Amino acid sequence: MADRATFADQTMGLMPSLYAAALRMTRNPADAEDLVQETYLRAYRGFDGFEEGTNLKAWLYRILTNTYINSYRAKKRRPDETELDEVEDLYLYRRIGGLEAAMAGRSAEEELLERFTDAEVKEALESLPENFRMAVLLADVEGFAYKEIAEILDIPIGTVMSRLHRGRKALQKRLYEFAVERNLTAPVPNDAHV
Amino acid sequence: MSDCQDALHELYGFLDGELTDERRGAIRRHLDDCQPCAEPYDFEAELRAVVRRKCQEQVPEALIAKIRTALESEATNIPD
Repeated sequence: MADRATFADQTMGLMPSLYAAALRMTRNPADAEDLVQETYLRAYRGFDGFEEGTNLKAWLYRILTNTYINSYRAKKRRPDETELDEVEDLYLYRRIGGLEAAMAGRSAEEELLERFTDAEVKEALESLPENFRMAVLLADVEGFAYKEIAEILDIPIGTVMSRLHRGRKALQKRLYEFAVERNLTAPVPNDAHV
Repeated sequence: MSDCQDALHELYGFLDGELTDERRGAIRRHLDDCQPCAEPYDFEAELRAVVRRKCQEQVPEALIAKIRTALESEATNIPD
């Protein structure tokens, strides 16, 4: 059983990551701030239910996610149930991975990835339908394991994996669209090695 | 060829740290010998690092202060 007196010491350092996740979920700074504050209050009130020694960050994310789904998202007209188009595997690599050879530099593709702005990467992630966005956010930005994501989102591990698989491909497709719009790369034929 | 197919099939499991030690070792050995497979692995790992880094946020100072105040006022309301 966790001691409330230590709550702030244990949790304040996790705020940047919770706030970033809240922004990706709500896509709006004012709502993100409210969501984070509500999460901290709920977590504080329920802190005696947190088992010391288990993953505090995952516990907080579960509260963040539930708060978002129950309080915030309920205000929306309807949940985002959009399906994703089928996208091939290694979508981005197959299109810009070829640059490596063409531009004769080991780091050509890494340089290209660096040229995406923070705003573009955030927008690409936020463009994903919610189910897929949450899975990709928890895995790729926050580094949670499949099992932790399954617990945070209350879905089976197989569902985590399929949402990640499709969500990541959709993210790559959106990033590629930014790259083309900004002329970061010319579209190349699908001639990758694999 | 089937080693290459396995390697690509398990790419995300590998990058996500979700493979058994045995599978992880087998893939590592394959990647050491197979440049065509190692390239998409490197690319996906780099992409992940870029996404993670570019999605960081600075918490507004005002929000930190607001939450500290809210927690303190909550503390006086909840008996230990």
